[in-house]
Amino acid sequence: MSAAATRIVFDHVSVAFRTAGGLLPVVEDVSWSIANGEFVSIIGPSGCGKTTMMNMVAGFVQPTTGRVTLDGAAITGPGPERGVIFQEYGVFPWLTVEENIAFGLRLRANRAADDERRATCSRYMQLMGLNEFARSFPKTLSGGMRQRLAIARAYAVKPEFLLMDEPFGALDAQTRSQMQNLLLDVLQQEEKTVMLITHSVEEAVYLSSRIIVATARPARIREVIDVPFAYPREESLHESAAFGELRSHVRDLVMKEYAMQQRQQGAAAAGH
Amino acid sequence: MLVLVPWAVLVLVWYGVSRSGLINPGLVPTPLQVGERAWALLVHGHLARDMLWSTERVLVGVVLGTVLAVPVGFLLGWYREVRRFIDPVINFFRALPPIALIPLVIVYFGIGELAKIVILFYAAFFAAVIVMYEGIAQISPIYVRVARTLGATDGEIFRRVIVPLAVPHMLTALRVALGVAWATLVAAELLAAREGLGAVIENAATFFQLDIIYVGIISIGLIALVMDLALRAVARRMVSWQERIGS
Repeated sequence: MSAAATRIVFDHVSVAFRTAGGLLPVVEDVSWSIANGEFVSIIGPSGCGKTTMMNMVAGFVQPTTGRVTLDGAAITGPGPERGVIFQEYGVFPWLTVEENIAFGLRLRANRAADDERRATCSRYMQLMGLNEFARSFPKTLSGGMRQRLAIARAYAVKPEFLLMDEPFGALDAQTRSQMQNLLLDVLQQEEKTVMLITHSVEEAVYLSSRIIVATARPARIREVIDVPFAYPREESLHESAAFGELRSHVRDLVMKEYAMQQRQQGAAAAGH
Repeated sequence: MLVLVPWAVLVLVWYGVSRSGLINPGLVPTPLQVGERAWALLVHGHLARDMLWSTERVLVGVVLGTVLAVPVGFLLGWYREVRRFIDPVINFFRALPPIALIPLVIVYFGIGELAKIVILFYAAFFAAVIVMYEGIAQISPIYVRVARTLGATDGEIFRRVIVPLAVPHMLTALRVALGVAWATLVAAELLAAREGLGAVIENAATFFQLDIIYVGIISIGLIALVMDLALRAVARRMVSWQERIGS
């Protein structure tokens, strides 16, 4: 991963939300970048502003000061080159599994010919183990299957980036670990540049090439950690000593920020 | 067959009441008397024609009311700012019972067919518009966000996300409007109607023909029931994707 091109840049970015109590700083003077093919995880206390960082890349939120750029141009809105996976899946309940995957391919932005669309659909249904459910509605799918469908749908329009906000947060531990391996598998087959927002230290260390530890709100960058393990990664990595060491290091950092966030919230509560 | 049990119970209770002597038997015709009268009216009288008149009025009122309620409900549901201004006005008119407007409707629209349609339209519109906009307002923004990240334009989001999500609310609005319209029908047909089930009931009341009053009431209930069942069958097909509690 030497000298891969820089794609997304946060340049002295701050975000403040207008609330009833005045301006609430959510992200404060953050500068970092994502290079092509990287898997960057952002980890930090809940409510610290991680999701806001992702929403800026997705194009849902604009920075209050500073710039977020993609290949040098400021991001002003969502686009099909940046696929987003939400924690709550957002699979379309009125469409079958196959129609969900085909949704993006029927839009003007990435319209595909009928046979190409069918080929793409069956390819991702295969990859995500959804073949038998092509004609089922999402109401019949489990949480893990819904999230696989959301990933298939995002992949179908061939995004260069995958932006994932706590994608496996609502899944049970086994399904979650399965989904992590599936994601690594799919990324081996079709490389993407990934930005993952997560609470889980284990998940961040296992999946990422780089981890950004965010501080308690307003989010600043506490530490940037390069994860030295080569891809493809295997389940057994979890047991290795190096993995354990890195995991405790990241956990320490995150726990400190959690404690800080708790104190802040305690102080805020006492102040009222 | 099990669905017939509550109806059988109802008829039995009715028999029981009319036979018990608790109420003057002259005031409660038996189910058999009512059935015979209904048959006679169907074969020799104009019951079928009256049913048709009423059904037609209800359908025209409901179709017109819902056709207008769908776009208005869309606007109100989708644009919070519009809703803030218009909501009180809608609630004002919704609170007025259509019957209270009959004198005014007579003044402005006379006592012809148009006047009845106006009343039914009014009833159907305000019933449907509330259902419609409450439904639209509750559409989860995540679907719009997802569509946007996949590259959808505003027009595509409307066509491919909002409309399909609105269909169940449209069908519910239609059902509610139908119910309200049948409830308002008799009042609408009080406008000096000579045909229709409301008129049948009115005329029978004048001559104290209790069995005919029963025939009229039961006819209204039966037609409303059949329409609702038909609409639900359509709805089941169109929105089979919906998750339902207890289905």
